[in-house]
Amino acid sequence: MPEPFEPRTDPDVDLRVPADRRELTARPATILATIAAGGALGALARAGLQHAVPHAPTGFGWATFIVNTSGCLLIGVLMAVLGHLDGGHPLARPFLGVGVLGGFTTFSTYAVDIQQAIVAGAPGTALAYLAATVLGALVAVGLGDAATAGLLRRAAR
Amino acid sequence: MTVLLIALGAAVGAPLRYLTDRAVQSRHHSAFPWGTLLVNVSGSLLLGALAGWPIGPAVSALLSTGFCGALTTYSTFSYETLRLTRGGHRLLALANVLGSVAAGLAAATVGYALARALTG
Repeated sequence: MPEPFEPRTDPDVDLRVPADRRELTARPATILATIAAGGALGALARAGLQHAVPHAPTGFGWATFIVNTSGCLLIGVLMAVLGHLDGGHPLARPFLGVGVLGGFTTFSTYAVDIQQAIVAGAPGTALAYLAATVLGALVAVGLGDAATAGLLRRAAR
Repeated sequence: MTVLLIALGAAVGAPLRYLTDRAVQSRHHSAFPWGTLLVNVSGSLLLGALAGWPIGPAVSALLSTGFCGALTTYSTFSYETLRLTRGGHRLLALANVLGSVAAGLAAATVGYALARALTG
């Protein structure tokens, strides 16, 4: 199966992928503005969820847990689709992957939520949140990628 | 107003992640995703400091929710781990998970402690 995305590890930008290497010099303003717009949309969606489902420092951060695991499921789906389309539209990965999903998911809130739970005297919650997010995220990205790739293969037959 | 501040912070944070990742990769050829690790750890350091600093809701929307939230990423981190595993780099995948979580948590703790020490 030809897969131009094959050398890719990093969905944001991977300089081993020729198209990624070229994109910024070809049209820097378009690429950066596209990422900025996607990032703003993703961050607002995250903030909306966090606002709707707040949590105390000693509590489990459900909103951020759901944001991060669903974002990981979606990056798996997105990259499988883009791989199937030989990369798809040149702005699809910058907008949806780097921007929307990168802006939607957050590592810093995850780390600080754990640290704050420890400070607040809830190490059990901190550990559960730490482990559940990592495991949930890895299962989600694997599932998103495998299910999408499987569906696309079946559709192509 | 809050919505605008979050959008503004994220509109800077997300492209900065992309540019940092490119800069790291162009100087450092490695299968290990150092660029993403760098943004995630530095974003956790800054957000930890902001959590220990007496900031108002406007600064929090701009820098914490917007900038730090969009600078750092869980989706990129998890996808890289998946790709490392698929590519046969299981040890690198494991190192990425353990290293990112440990370094991110350490950075958040240091940032918070520094802010607390400085603000008394």
